[in-house]
Amino acid sequence: MFWQRKDLLGLRYLTPEEINLILDTAVPMKEIIGRKIKKTPTLRGRSMVTLFYENSTRTRSSFDLAGKFLSADTVGLTASSSSVAKGESLRDTGLTLTAMGVDVVVMRHPASGAAEYLAKCIPAAVINAGDGTHEHPTQALLDMFTIREKKGSMAGLKVVIVGDILHSRVARSNIWGLTKMGAEVRVVGPITLMPKDIEKMGVKVYHRLEDALEGADVVNVLRIQLERQQQGLFPSLREYSRLYGINQKRLELTASDAIILHPGPMNRGVEIEHQVAYGNRSFINEQVTNGVAVRMALLYLLTGGEYHALSN
Amino acid sequence: MNELDLKEKAQILDDKGMRRAMVRIAHEVIERNKGVDNLVLIGIRRRGVPLAQRLAKYINDIEGTAVPVGILDITLYRDDLTTLANQPQVHQTEVTFSITGKKVVLVDDVLYTGRTVRAALDAIMDLGRPEVVQLAVLIDRGHKEIPIRADYVGKNVPTSRKEVISVRLTEIDKEERVVILEGIE
Repeated sequence: MFWQRKDLLGLRYLTPEEINLILDTAVPMKEIIGRKIKKTPTLRGRSMVTLFYENSTRTRSSFDLAGKFLSADTVGLTASSSSVAKGESLRDTGLTLTAMGVDVVVMRHPASGAAEYLAKCIPAAVINAGDGTHEHPTQALLDMFTIREKKGSMAGLKVVIVGDILHSRVARSNIWGLTKMGAEVRVVGPITLMPKDIEKMGVKVYHRLEDALEGADVVNVLRIQLERQQQGLFPSLREYSRLYGINQKRLELTASDAIILHPGPMNRGVEIEHQVAYGNRSFINEQVTNGVAVRMALLYLLTGGEYHALSN
Repeated sequence: MNELDLKEKAQILDDKGMRRAMVRIAHEVIERNKGVDNLVLIGIRRRGVPLAQRLAKYINDIEGTAVPVGILDITLYRDDLTTLANQPQVHQTEVTFSITGKKVVLVDDVLYTGRTVRAALDAIMDLGRPEVVQLAVLIDRGHKEIPIRADYVGKNVPTSRKEVISVRLTEIDKEERVVILEGIE
């Protein structure tokens, strides 16, 4: 099968075949990251901009390195140090970048739907690197790549997503992606951080962590954003940690070969205990490597050849 | 050109002919390199891979030494990605040994324009610095577009550009022969 889309906006729109194509393409890309000379001439003459309206370390540098490993020319823009700070609209920023000859725009934006809007305004490929509380497709793809790598397949696995489901774009993308690939997704977190009607997304909802962890194959721990506590959505970090923190004892409830994932950065001692984060079940560092591989795969698929764009 | 729109014009090699050609190449490789010390074989995906594995077997039969075989995927090194209608699927390069200081024999089924071999040379240089790189092909069909020649050739077959050489290997195609195909009028 061939990639036929102009953009990558979210996993909600992708077919299982498209997801598999991305993950299959990421396998040889990971081999390149392991080489002494991490460089191929594949995207020579292609250009990529990372346009970030929110702070980020790993997603942004991961895209930047992915582009560089494939020989694309990469430029980084942050909202605070560009014309955005002078009030330029998203559409005008996009058109300016297009006029400069940019082939791919990787964008993070605090507004849900911003990536989709930009994709409609400009002919360049747009990759959503996180939009509001909507989707973070590349994070979910790297989670799925890691799961597939460790477990062989996603079908039939019991995957627990624990934490602030309400505000998490990582959780949404993971739910859309994993359910499509045949996994059983369980979400667990405080009732104040659980979206209403989330069952409609095809997941099982739990409020007691122990119940959710029973027999799980994968535990994906979300980062608690400390500002949520200040908004009063849960009483205290200590209480959150006591009820929803992943520790060694709770891990015993999962399958004996269960793996632990976390999108980072971690609040160690809050949502995840130190020993678990650095234990032999944790693949958190490998997720970072896999993130570069998955992003290389996407850059290749979106720019490596002419495509017949479908509307998403 | 889609292979479905082509008809078979002639058979160039049968299974015995292919075996003889590869055994002869094995002898030539050993002779030119004065043995198999420091020798490694790298097959270009797809059909170069089984051919490299066969060459390793024939070399082992003659010299009693197992020569390492690697697999090279050159998709990321192609110079025509932007002009293709659909980008080709990338597969993994599997060269598990160091090639620095080694005598590398690159193996492919057909030598045509030379662009695949150019891409393969770029890919090899990114993996390390070999002492020497030699090229072995089952068929050389002419029409080179860049100055690349094979060191070992199973059979030279002058062709027209309208024709297609199809190497059929048991491992991939469930049959063992080389044929010339041409377009149906």
